[in-house]
Amino acid sequence: MADLSLGTVQDTADIRANYMAMARTKRMYGGIMLVVFVALMVSGFMLADSRNAGGFWDGILNIFQFPGEVLAEASEKAALIPALMVRFLPSLIETLNIAAASTLLGAMAAILLSLLSTRGLARFPRLIGVFRRFMDILRAIPEIVIALVLIFILGGGPVPAMIAIALHTAGALGKLFSEVNENASLKPVEGLASVGASWSQRMWLGVIPQVAPNYLSYALLRFEINIRASAILGFVGSGGIGYDLKNAFSWGQGRYDEVAAIFLLLFLTIVFFDQLSSHYRNKLVGRV
Amino acid sequence: MATAEPAFAPDLKAEADALFARKRLVNFGVPAAILAYFVYVFFAFDIIGLAERARMDNAAILVSDAYSYKTHVTHDNRNGGLTFAVEGENKGTYPEGMVPDFVTMAGENRAEIALPRGHEAVIDGSTLVFTVPDYGDVTVTVDGRDIVLDVPGGTTPDWISASGARVDIRTDGGRAIVTRARTEVYRYAFGWELFWFTLDSPFYGRSLPELVSLAVSGPRLVEGKSNVAAMAHDFWNNAMWRHKDVMWAIFETILMAFLGTMGAALVALPLAFVAARNFNRLGSVRFAVRRVFDFVRGVDGLIWTIILSRAFGPGPMTGALAILITDTGSFGKMFSEALENVDDKQIEGVQSTGAKPMQRYRFGVIPQVTPIFLSQILYYLESNTRSATVIGAITGGGIGLLLTQAIITQKDWEEVSYYIVLIVLMVMFMDWLSGVLRRRLIAGGGTH
Repeated sequence: MADLSLGTVQDTADIRANYMAMARTKRMYGGIMLVVFVALMVSGFMLADSRNAGGFWDGILNIFQFPGEVLAEASEKAALIPALMVRFLPSLIETLNIAAASTLLGAMAAILLSLLSTRGLARFPRLIGVFRRFMDILRAIPEIVIALVLIFILGGGPVPAMIAIALHTAGALGKLFSEVNENASLKPVEGLASVGASWSQRMWLGVIPQVAPNYLSYALLRFEINIRASAILGFVGSGGIGYDLKNAFSWGQGRYDEVAAIFLLLFLTIVFFDQLSSHYRNKLVGRV
Repeated sequence: MATAEPAFAPDLKAEADALFARKRLVNFGVPAAILAYFVYVFFAFDIIGLAERARMDNAAILVSDAYSYKTHVTHDNRNGGLTFAVEGENKGTYPEGMVPDFVTMAGENRAEIALPRGHEAVIDGSTLVFTVPDYGDVTVTVDGRDIVLDVPGGTTPDWISASGARVDIRTDGGRAIVTRARTEVYRYAFGWELFWFTLDSPFYGRSLPELVSLAVSGPRLVEGKSNVAAMAHDFWNNAMWRHKDVMWAIFETILMAFLGTMGAALVALPLAFVAARNFNRLGSVRFAVRRVFDFVRGVDGLIWTIILSRAFGPGPMTGALAILITDTGSFGKMFSEALENVDDKQIEGVQSTGAKPMQRYRFGVIPQVTPIFLSQILYYLESNTRSATVIGAITGGGIGLLLTQAIITQKDWEEVSYYIVLIVLMVMFMDWLSGVLRRRLIAGGGTH
């Protein structure tokens, strides 16, 4: 602070020049990044366009053709749509069951994995890294890979999709849960340890009650994601509404009323569970 | 709370009892409900029937094929002639005059094949002699329209399945199939054969030190090309493993994720300002934009993919657009929420220096929301790499397409496992990359 009184006009000019130079380099870096980003986007777009079967500019003109055909046929047979929606209800329930069962199984595995990989809570502190890498791998494998392989072994149906989604869920939720666990207070755990509780008792009575609302909130979000995933896996041959959609879709014209009914059913379901899960998540997180 | 009247003890006790009763109910009710649901699912998914339908033999093929390969030694029983082919594929056939090292040729139509665990097979014309240690010689002869099986004890053991038209011998040393058309012996070996070089490459079958010395010095094996260039060429154009196509497919998948995510962010950014309460006073416009976000999110990537693949055909562009449309909804929702949470004080501070509206946005709003936006975009970039694999499987592009094709053939399981390894590495790489970028771009780390 003593320099202030000694400060001369020269000094402020220096500071100003330095600041401007810094601002210029920063702006230059920003500009270079922007140029690189634009170049990547443009070249990526051209490359994707050239490797696509139909070009972008041809396609963009036809983009409403297929929805138009579907809508035209659906409006022609509008009276049949409600009946079709009822007919596809069992498949929809199967899709929802796949999502629910896999979320439950995945969440239970995730609780265990997350407790085993949280510092301070782990049963085997040396193996924390192993469990973390294991969760990374579970998370990295796309559901479709496991589902397709399991379809080969188990045949089509809901079970391959359920297992595939559950494995991915275990990895994804495990990571989120272990972040929650890190913020849990260790006092109840120590209290339980002092009265001779075993590891599982310490976790069940000391940690789970603290973190349950956050677990539930993440699991609800995951459930919503898993509904979408189970619809997609149905499309590649694993039961549920996606499978019906694929059949109706590959039949082509004449069954577009079914396509429209399934689109509508799927859309309503996803919006419904999206709203439901965000409502309850807000409630849960508000309570914490 | 200090002035609160002390509650009467019976009240407190009743309250505590009610609380305990509720907790007890939850503690037993929730696990019971979950268990009941699993029982329902057990029957709804027909797990018992599944256990019967499950093809454990398929699982065994899958697992053994994933880490091993087989070489077919085939004798054409109609026209004569022996061929050797890895996995029985055209691309893996040994060229004329080249013989695998476990085969000893003794004459035009006689081959002695050494199999693991002391087994041996000798093909002599249309006669196969399969020697199993501690058992003896199994002889199979194709004689005109008949196939004659001769086993030591006279009774056919259960590892040989024989009919008039086909004899199938399966042992832990190898497998032999004899039909009227051909006699085939399979020899299983560990590894992914021809992964580096195919049989027509001059570098096939050379050890690593040999290859290194060839690369550094040594005579040119291919005219007019240095050895390194020739090796790279032969590896890149490997017809069996198609490294070139696989790398392109991986690249296409990443491209889909990149274009889709960034495109969605670019589209969502201006729309998010329109949808944010503190930047747009027109309630009806805000409402409309928000419903658009909800709609594109609700329609789901699957339906967008189907609609777009009709218009654009298979390929990476379709996948990129499907990701773009779906994520525009997600980004729009998240961005507008972030914009509604900006701190007005910074904007006011900038305004107090006489900044115009554009400058207020540039210096008051953008610095606040950039870290949040970037971290969300990068998070989505990683998760979209996975989505792009799935979308590729549906619309036909990228590694997803190769994977489904390989699975549909139901025999190229070594390729399936190769692709799975690559997909996992790709996703982990993108995870790492997005983590690095997040730390780099969001200065100081803990801003978010």
